[in-house]
Amino acid sequence: MTALVLVEVENGAVRQASRSAVAAASRFGAVDAIVFGDGAQAAATLPGVTRVLSVPGLVNDLAEPAADLLAARAKDYSHIVAAASATGKNILPRLAGLLDVQPIPDVVEIKDADTFVRPIYAGNALATVRSADSIKVLTIRGSNFDPVAAEGGSAAIETVEAPASEKSVFVKVELSASDRPELESARVVISGGKGMKDAANFKLLEPIADKLNAAIGASRAAVDSGFAPNEMQVGQTGKIVAPELYIAVGLSGAIQHLAGMKDSRVIVAINTDPEAPIFKVADYGIVGDLFEILPALEKAL
Amino acid sequence: MTMKVLVPVKRVVDYNVKVRVAADGSGVETQGVKMSMNPFDEIAVEEAVRLREKGAAKEVVVVTIGAQAAQDVLRTAMAMGADRAILVRTDDTLEPRAVANVLKAIATREEAGLICMGKQAIDDDMNATGQILAAKLGWPQGTFASAVTVADGRIEVAREIDGGTEVVSLTLPAVVTADLRLNEPRYASLPNIMKARKKPLETVEIDSLGVDTASRLTVVSVAEPLERKEGVKVNSAAELVEKLKTEAKVI
Repeated sequence: MTALVLVEVENGAVRQASRSAVAAASRFGAVDAIVFGDGAQAAATLPGVTRVLSVPGLVNDLAEPAADLLAARAKDYSHIVAAASATGKNILPRLAGLLDVQPIPDVVEIKDADTFVRPIYAGNALATVRSADSIKVLTIRGSNFDPVAAEGGSAAIETVEAPASEKSVFVKVELSASDRPELESARVVISGGKGMKDAANFKLLEPIADKLNAAIGASRAAVDSGFAPNEMQVGQTGKIVAPELYIAVGLSGAIQHLAGMKDSRVIVAINTDPEAPIFKVADYGIVGDLFEILPALEKAL
Repeated sequence: MTMKVLVPVKRVVDYNVKVRVAADGSGVETQGVKMSMNPFDEIAVEEAVRLREKGAAKEVVVVTIGAQAAQDVLRTAMAMGADRAILVRTDDTLEPRAVANVLKAIATREEAGLICMGKQAIDDDMNATGQILAAKLGWPQGTFASAVTVADGRIEVAREIDGGTEVVSLTLPAVVTADLRLNEPRYASLPNIMKARKKPLETVEIDSLGVDTASRLTVVSVAEPLERKEGVKVNSAAELVEKLKTEAKVI
């Protein structure tokens, strides 16, 4: 059995979630990688990858040509795998549609080549499912699989022509500039909720994030209130994170938020309401006013 | 503009309900649990109605697949402004692949010019039906939409991606899947709820469509996730930092 992994390369480096996808796919046998746009070189050094299909002509990850290309190559593979990232979730189900198979999204555990565990109902239940499809199309949760290293392999690179995209055209992209680590791969995440009261107060999280080299996240309520941009949202429909340390500030811990962070190793909660559900999952809690506690925390670090 | 917008909606366990895994591990308890329209589908209905109000669409047709009880989400959608509804009747639970087969048949019959649907159902959390449907129809897709504009036979979709926002331009017909920030759905007013009762609701038996609705996944088991233990309260930031250093050894 050979698996094909859609590997995402950003600024010349393979995204950590993609390295986790390679680690997961290695469980099935040999691994080929496919890279859209530049970056095949970065994928070629991943341990366990034997061949890299490089598609320099397919920039911007448009789902239509990407799925067409994957479908044309699919018969060589038992599993087609991607990270459960925005790109993976856009392209892989479309591929499954072309192949007429049922995709298996957000895999958190591989039981065997046909059997997978995935969360349902915002992570309030874990379903173990067995697939009868001959080609399995999976996205995997990076936080549940230790990533392979970035270096150590030396795969052959084969260049592949990109199919045309007539129905879908890329217009533009606006990325938020940030020097901080990515939410999904940061060792420490500090998130603010509605208790932050306004967007300006999110700045109070920054000096603490600086000291801990942390990514900054937000609850859906904070995003909906306009305190933070959507790409900072942690939760069922946002980013799923499982850092070593998660600090939840002024957020109550709604079900859909817990779905995005409750696999963190150590959770800290800061909230004025001692009954807030976030305390039920927190290892350490401080009941109090975040506007007093945050400066004190900064000083104590 | 003569475009017809098809909006598939799903009846799911209400988002405020904390679901419980059934004792026999076959699924989750749904008996006597409050059911509602999937929140992302409400956003899709709202967007379709706005397109009609702006003159970019002629008609909004909502469709759901399920038992007779699933009618209530169709009535809700019509109270929000959808013009008519289709219930594809079945007692089975369908996977996204099977749902896409049914929706393809309905979209073809209705000659839909746009399918606008939620990006994800909050029960199975698959986030797949829109993409599978687009593939099966051979249409382009604009997933995780935070803004849409229809003009000159195309639709421009702003998409939520990991690092920010991306804009794509698609030919019509197309499939768009709604993310949270696309709009804020309106509440159905009482007069509109009354009016919705008189709007046409057609029932189609699933077998009459002649499509493949078999499941490819077997649910082996459904289990509760490991619960975290409630931790301790500390009194100050200094004490917290001390514990993180010496007890949790995480900083």
